[in-house]
Amino acid sequence: MSVNAAELTKLRSVPNIGFGEEMTGAEALLRCLLLENVEVIFGYPGGAVLPIYDSLYSSFLKHVLTRHEQGAVHAADGYARATGKPGVCIATSGPGATNLVTGIATAQMDSIPLVCITGNVAQHLIGTDAFQEANITGITLPITKHNYFVRDVRDLPRIVKEAFYIATTGRPGPVLIDIPKDVANAKAPFYYPDSVEIRGYRDTVVPSDEEVQAFVGAISSAKKPVILAGGGILSAGAEAELLAFAEKTRIPVINTFMGLGGFPGTHELALGMPGMHGSYTANQALLNADCIIGIGARFDDRITMGRTKEFGPNAKIVHVDIDPAELGKNVATAVTVVGDAKSTLQKALPLAKACDTADWIAQLRQWQQEHPYSYKKNSDALKPQEVIEMLYETTNGEAIVTTDVGQHQMWTAQYYKFKSTRSFISSGGLGTMGFGFPAAIGAQFANPDRTVIAVVGDGGFQMTNQELAILVQYRLPVKVVILNNQCLGMVRQWQELFYENRYSQIDLTCSPDFVKLAEAFGIKGMRATTTAEAKAVWAEALAYDGPVVIDFRVEPEENVYPMVAAGDTLDQMVLGEE
Amino acid sequence: MEQHTIAVLVNDHPGVLTRVANLFSQRGCNINSITVGASEEPGLSRMIITSGGDDQRIDQLMKQLNKLIDVISVTLLSKDPMVTRELALIKVDAGPAQRAEINGIVEPFRASVVDIGPTSLIIQATGDIDKIDALLALLEPYGIRELTRTGLMAMARSVVDQPSYM
Repeated sequence: MSVNAAELTKLRSVPNIGFGEEMTGAEALLRCLLLENVEVIFGYPGGAVLPIYDSLYSSFLKHVLTRHEQGAVHAADGYARATGKPGVCIATSGPGATNLVTGIATAQMDSIPLVCITGNVAQHLIGTDAFQEANITGITLPITKHNYFVRDVRDLPRIVKEAFYIATTGRPGPVLIDIPKDVANAKAPFYYPDSVEIRGYRDTVVPSDEEVQAFVGAISSAKKPVILAGGGILSAGAEAELLAFAEKTRIPVINTFMGLGGFPGTHELALGMPGMHGSYTANQALLNADCIIGIGARFDDRITMGRTKEFGPNAKIVHVDIDPAELGKNVATAVTVVGDAKSTLQKALPLAKACDTADWIAQLRQWQQEHPYSYKKNSDALKPQEVIEMLYETTNGEAIVTTDVGQHQMWTAQYYKFKSTRSFISSGGLGTMGFGFPAAIGAQFANPDRTVIAVVGDGGFQMTNQELAILVQYRLPVKVVILNNQCLGMVRQWQELFYENRYSQIDLTCSPDFVKLAEAFGIKGMRATTTAEAKAVWAEALAYDGPVVIDFRVEPEENVYPMVAAGDTLDQMVLGEE
Repeated sequence: MEQHTIAVLVNDHPGVLTRVANLFSQRGCNINSITVGASEEPGLSRMIITSGGDDQRIDQLMKQLNKLIDVISVTLLSKDPMVTRELALIKVDAGPAQRAEINGIVEPFRASVVDIGPTSLIIQATGDIDKIDALLALLEPYGIRELTRTGLMAMARSVVDQPSYM
């Protein structure tokens, strides 16, 4: 059954819809999802979720049948990152549930709100090693913000309400609800609570006046301050506040990998990304700053290089985070603020004054001019960096770009200057290959009118390319850009630099013909091997009203620079091959 | 390594012990002892956990514990004066000839003999860890056949000065 969006909105607005009506757990679950304004569910049926899928048959909810549960959870994640709303996925018990694990861990590491629903065997079979039984609440315990095993159908609506609340409030994260088959079949009168009560849980985090004063006080006298803005800016929706704060105080902004787009990459105060493959200027800023202001960033080891005692050698560190456990976890701090980025910056803005940063900004400008991201174009062979530059220029920095993990991911982060928030979608913490393409599907569902580009490598794409079927089935115009270097490029780079060119198990020359692969799915496939071809093919792809897979054959031996080797400090940055 | 004693008030739900225990292993910390039982409030249990580590590590662990949805509150008891108790059951090799002698050890410790067999005794002792350790050292020569200890229970002392009991 399908209804249009207007009818669905009308339906949702009916007060106490279905309250008191006797229904099964499966029906109650779907009613809850309707009331939570879930737009799309990504899932895969199976034995233990048959009751849920039976209810879905006569439901208004939109469900997308992925070709693997991993595709479902990454698509839900991509939807969540693109919208800020919780992504929802469903899988059956046992292997269905375990196939979600990588996606759940991906969301947990990057604080992405997901509600994952799994079926399980009926309770009388729990613990008997029944067919397709897996203890998924046990398995996902360390990689969820919280999880539930539903024992009684009467608890189900409350649990769903709590799950959405926990996933989306405080520091967001994935929540899993495991529903045994007997609970899905059992009947109870339906009621949906309008609020939740979870004792000891901190949902809203507004900092105290004292904390905000200490924060503003600590930066007021700084001569070389820098803001390190992380994914917390996006989670809190604090982009406008950050922009206002940076402009008022004249403090330049480094976006962490997770924070890219949270501050416009083209702004005069933007310094780009720091860390292992960050910009020269961003890393020099961290090395020379007298005050580092971390906001919604966790000082992870790709920024500190794990050398936390040597990090910010000339700076006092001010740290704002919604999660008190992040404060003091990785680096020693002078001032800490427990608060979400939005409310903290809102409170700080009227108190803050312009810092005297003219000399500092001039120095940063000089570094930017001397050492921009660069690569050598010495032949007609296609360079991966120029492909990303081309994507950036032709989409005016306004596309949604998802990536897998590896060299192409770093080049995307370096060369695509994200102008707007929630436009760069990539697995930062867990570093999940196979994430980018299904995440693009979720992002495109959320933004049917925006250009969505999945930048993938030839390695990662082969992990989840089965989801190409979805593009055809749902007419999603995702542009799949394969930076095909015929090998596992980042592993190759490390083997070249640190393992004496002993290239072990990185050869992907025996991969499918990606053009024919696309065509086998009924999708337009194209290939480019030179700069001229790349431009022509990409122009055609962008103009084409539908999904496209483009096999960009790029220089196989290109490395990502700048680079700080693992174990080195930021001042030991290698700028590139001479 | 410095020892810390933490009180964790939790929902009395299935699986909560696993969540707490998992968090310690996830964060690379060891639980030296853990006791769990009912608290003053129905529906809530109190765990007393002892763990080693520097102050920064224990602070981090407590913050992470606080993030668990089933955790209501976390208190570092060992930073202030506290009362600690452990209960031990000790089965000692003891024929009729040794019984009186062992009784002579047990009494000053205010421990008691709770079972007498033909060749062994079970001694029940309560006290802080040092006291139990001292008793065990004295019983060691007789041969300790079996030992079970509850792990430490602890409670913050009241703020008002009061005489301390053993």
